[in-house]
Amino acid sequence: MIRLLEIEFIKLWNNRASKVLIISYFILLTSIALVAAIKFDIGPIKFHLADIGIFNFPYIWHFNTFITAFFKLFLAIVIVSMMANEYSNKTIKQNLIDGLSKKEFILSKFLTVISFSVLSTVFVFIVSLILGLVYSDFDELPIIFSDLEFILAFFVKLMGFFSFCLFLGILVKRSAFALGFLIIWQIFEGIARGLMQWKLFDGATTDTIMGFFPLQSMFNLIKEPFTRLDAVQTVADQVGEKINLNYHVHWYEVLIVLAWTAIFIYLSYALLKKRDL
Amino acid sequence: MEHILTVKNLTKKFDYLTAVKDLSFTIEKGNVYGILGPNGSGKSTTLGIVLNVVNKTKGEFSWFDGAISTHEALKKVGAIIERPNFYPYMTAVQNLKLVCKIKEVPNDKIEEKLALVGLLDRKDSKFRTYSLGMKQRLAIASALLNDPEILILDEPTNGLDPQGIHQIRQIIKKIASQGTTILLASHLLDEVEKVCSHVVILRKGEKLYSGRVSDMLASHGFFELKSTQTEALINHLKGNLSFGEIKTQDGLITAFLKEDISAEDFNRSLFDKGIVLSHMVKRKESLEEQFLELTKTQSN
Repeated sequence: MIRLLEIEFIKLWNNRASKVLIISYFILLTSIALVAAIKFDIGPIKFHLADIGIFNFPYIWHFNTFITAFFKLFLAIVIVSMMANEYSNKTIKQNLIDGLSKKEFILSKFLTVISFSVLSTVFVFIVSLILGLVYSDFDELPIIFSDLEFILAFFVKLMGFFSFCLFLGILVKRSAFALGFLIIWQIFEGIARGLMQWKLFDGATTDTIMGFFPLQSMFNLIKEPFTRLDAVQTVADQVGEKINLNYHVHWYEVLIVLAWTAIFIYLSYALLKKRDL
Repeated sequence: MEHILTVKNLTKKFDYLTAVKDLSFTIEKGNVYGILGPNGSGKSTTLGIVLNVVNKTKGEFSWFDGAISTHEALKKVGAIIERPNFYPYMTAVQNLKLVCKIKEVPNDKIEEKLALVGLLDRKDSKFRTYSLGMKQRLAIASALLNDPEILILDEPTNGLDPQGIHQIRQIIKKIASQGTTILLASHLLDEVEKVCSHVVILRKGEKLYSGRVSDMLASHGFFELKSTQTEALINHLKGNLSFGEIKTQDGLITAFLKEDISAEDFNRSLFDKGIVLSHMVKRKESLEEQFLELTKTQSN
């Protein structure tokens, strides 16, 4: 296993484009801390983002995992191109001839996906923990370590998404087209939702069905955190609107994404096995 | 004899095309093999199958008498298929380190093999800056990293300039002289003739011949003769039962032997008959002539 990771590491780290993207990704993850510094101080209007409670435990787990998940696109590019380049350079053929089995090849890519997900998760955990310790109004241990399921959900979400990218890289064999396919798939899910709601089902049923689509299921893992803020709820109360959302991470949502991950990795393997190179 | 590779009834179909048809042969340790055949005769497909990159349709193959799985066996094999494939953004040394990791061998042979192919002074240049000849030589270095039991080369001189071709052939000869088993696929017959002791000849995916180069045609060779007394010579040849077909072209008479006659005896008998030769050569068909002969008889 270590050998497979080392192989992938040599391939990735010597590629300047991948290296730049990976480094920028982790810098961006860290830079979420800079949000804390946002302060408006215009005469009577004083606004400090840290003061409205976004860094309070345990809310910060929810907020940070939701926001940082958007940066995953950087690593998506790295993963799609690390797969597609093996085809365009024909190095996949050479790897197999040199004695890597097809199973090991897929495994080495999947291990890379897992490593990226683990690293990102650890990073987000540490950054959030530090931010929280500095700004949170609550600092009792049980509160700090409540709602940690968002961290787990973050990991599952990244792993599922990267596995999807990996599969697209193998399926399409060209990085640009694979990324294009990803966007088209996103649009397709949007259209599917629209059609279902329009012709077939009511809103709730559509939501349930959409929850089984790969990208939507990954998005569902961590719900938007904004309406959960006290400040927002206060405003909503004032205009007589009741916001009643279930913010929690549900086990079946995790299960759906894990299933997609397994499907994508298995399909990648099946595709590689079936194809003549 | 230890079998390095055994191929049994191997078949590969691409949709309507049958690229390899019921092919069987064995590769024994220590010999230098050539796989011969025109373009599209199934050479690369056959190699692709045994190298785990092309799926077979039917049949089977086993490495080292089937003692280990294919991908484990490939770690003991060095192979170059068509174009050299490396990571363009990595240097020669980085690429070879990666190959060492895949083959699970230590890195300490890298310098030695780069020196063997004459790339030591460019070892830290990126692969994409290499010329085709250098890329091909790097591929050979990479294939040799594990001191393989067998070296498989598919059209190793394709697309190279004369100097590059010469360099590659020198390297192959050097490796062959060290006792490494070599399997060389090529459509360049003189290339195979120069280095191979055994051949497998393919045409349209079927095996025409496999065995020693010297046993390919049951032929005793032929005489090339010239004389001012052309007619007398031809009459004598026609009367001699040792000769079969006789051809005349531009005053050069080619007489094919049905049984072995030494040049000395033949010359003496002609002289006794009063026929004096101005030119006499006894030789066997070149591989090219034998190959054309074989493929011709099969196509009729």
